[in-house]
Amino acid sequence: MSPIAIFFFVAIVGLTLIITWWASKRTSSATDFYTAGGGLTGWQNGLAIAGDYLSAASFLGIAGAVALFGFDGFFFSIGYLVAYLVVLYIVAEPLRNLGKFTLADMITARFNNSKVRGTAALSTITIVLFYMIAQLVGAGALIQLLLGIDYWVAVLIVGVMMTTYVLFGGMTATSWVQIIKACLLMLGTVIISFLVLKEFGFSISTMFTEMSTATDNGAAYLNPGLKYTNGIDTISVLIALVLGTAGLPHILMRFFTVKDAKTARSSVIWATWIVGLFYVLTIFLGFGAAAFVGKEDIIAANAAGNMAAPLLAEALGGDILFSFVCAVAFATILAVVAGLVLSGASALSHDIYGQIIKKGKITEKEQVLAARIGSITISVVSILLALGAQTLNVAFLVSLAFCIAGSANLPVIIYTIYWKRFNTAGAVTAMLTGLISALILVAVSPNVWNPVEGKAIFVGNPLIMLTNPAIISVPLGFLGGFIGTLLSKESDEAKYREVDVKANTGISVQDVSH
Amino acid sequence: MANNQASKSIVIDYDAIAKQESFKALVRKKNAFLWSITVFFLAAYMLLPILTSYTTILHQKAIGEVTWVWIYAAGLFIMTWSLCHLYVAKANSFDKEAKAIIAEYENGGGRL
Repeated sequence: MSPIAIFFFVAIVGLTLIITWWASKRTSSATDFYTAGGGLTGWQNGLAIAGDYLSAASFLGIAGAVALFGFDGFFFSIGYLVAYLVVLYIVAEPLRNLGKFTLADMITARFNNSKVRGTAALSTITIVLFYMIAQLVGAGALIQLLLGIDYWVAVLIVGVMMTTYVLFGGMTATSWVQIIKACLLMLGTVIISFLVLKEFGFSISTMFTEMSTATDNGAAYLNPGLKYTNGIDTISVLIALVLGTAGLPHILMRFFTVKDAKTARSSVIWATWIVGLFYVLTIFLGFGAAAFVGKEDIIAANAAGNMAAPLLAEALGGDILFSFVCAVAFATILAVVAGLVLSGASALSHDIYGQIIKKGKITEKEQVLAARIGSITISVVSILLALGAQTLNVAFLVSLAFCIAGSANLPVIIYTIYWKRFNTAGAVTAMLTGLISALILVAVSPNVWNPVEGKAIFVGNPLIMLTNPAIISVPLGFLGGFIGTLLSKESDEAKYREVDVKANTGISVQDVSH
Repeated sequence: MANNQASKSIVIDYDAIAKQESFKALVRKKNAFLWSITVFFLAAYMLLPILTSYTTILHQKAIGEVTWVWIYAAGLFIMTWSLCHLYVAKANSFDKEAKAIIAEYENGGGRL
């Protein structure tokens, strides 16, 4: 490892630790811990949402996918971006107006029932663990490659860093790590994109002309069909991308870190512009890597294409840019897993311990302590799982997390806000049907079963040919909630009117107390 | 803190607000707007994989080597940014109505 690389890594670790130390002095209550006291401004929260979204999967994964599969890789950029509209139009403001720390808070604002809360917490923790294992295994492999250290050391470094941020700095530290990382990531991406454009003489049309002959796919590289050949499968993947985002716990949690619905709204605008611009630039990253690094070298470094962006940085900007991009990738991973730990801890400590076991009778001090113990628990469990999963191909866990989020969380969110007849039984069946069907369908999919040894986890024929079962499991989640509701006579229209008034006006006791 | 303490004794009559004509009108208008736009952008988005999987319309060249699929994708990006700003503009006007609804409730003696 070069001295420059060491400098960048140490700088990032040092800077984030200083932030954590600063944030720790501002973290005394449960509200501070889970939501940074609700004190983030629109642009700060917008950058932090963008940070949550620009995970290693986005930065390294999409750049690699575009490099290897041309337009098919770009499907991810489109899906992730349009997903913001679902978040903004359907979820963000009612969630902010009804909830406190977690998704379960929002649903139990209507159905005050520990089964509902427990199921919502279960779904959150499942998503968090799957997402985290994928991130940690990816991070371990990447850092192993970048720094030349053992896999388990790499996973432990990431694990210890994420636990430190969350444990001492809570949401304040996590948010600021996200904000700084989002800025660094944009800077790195803009620099590489500029260098790529320079190679093409600053002409988009020259770039496309050259790309039509630059790879062994010829003109087909510029059209869909290199990766996704099954129409239903393509559609299913795109459904998971656009609907899953609106149910991801660490994204939902970001709407509790601002003071009101208006600020939540403005943060989504900031995030959409930043992330949108970033996704436009993924074209340059991908095309550049395909043209100036070459598919063979990209695959040789990492079969999934994750090294495309760092290798491109090295090819165009030398050792300094390579080191910078690697350090940014490291920061990206740290920030995203910290956000995941926090959302997992909120479900474990606030929902399960504080609200279900202690029935809300818990002091401020106990809440903060529980939150810290919950964070350590989530961290340790996910580190252990990641250490055990080193040799497994776990990239599909990210799409599984999206699928569960879209199938288990989104239907119950929409029904809670918009359906008068919806009831407790429906809330539980919606979440369970979505969660279980997503898990079962993925368990019998080509991600897990492949007749060729080493291609998936088990050797054998998959029962379904969908790489992402969202096209089946999302409708099942909605259907489960619908049938569960009709099977139970329970209906509380007065409570729905309360939820409707709160969600639509943002009215709170403070508004009428002066 | 004093404000919070005092506010605990105040109960909001949600039913009274829900019965106000102004509230019903706001919810109708808001839901019509939100859901019609949502159906529109989801349709525009899902049309992309349908067209690319079952037809080759978007595979044809549009400008130089740039095929229509890139133009369609660019359209989806522009759509996303535009609809974001449309939402903010609409939401700001909904906010004003929500404030008026709360004021109407307070003047109607809801606090008693």
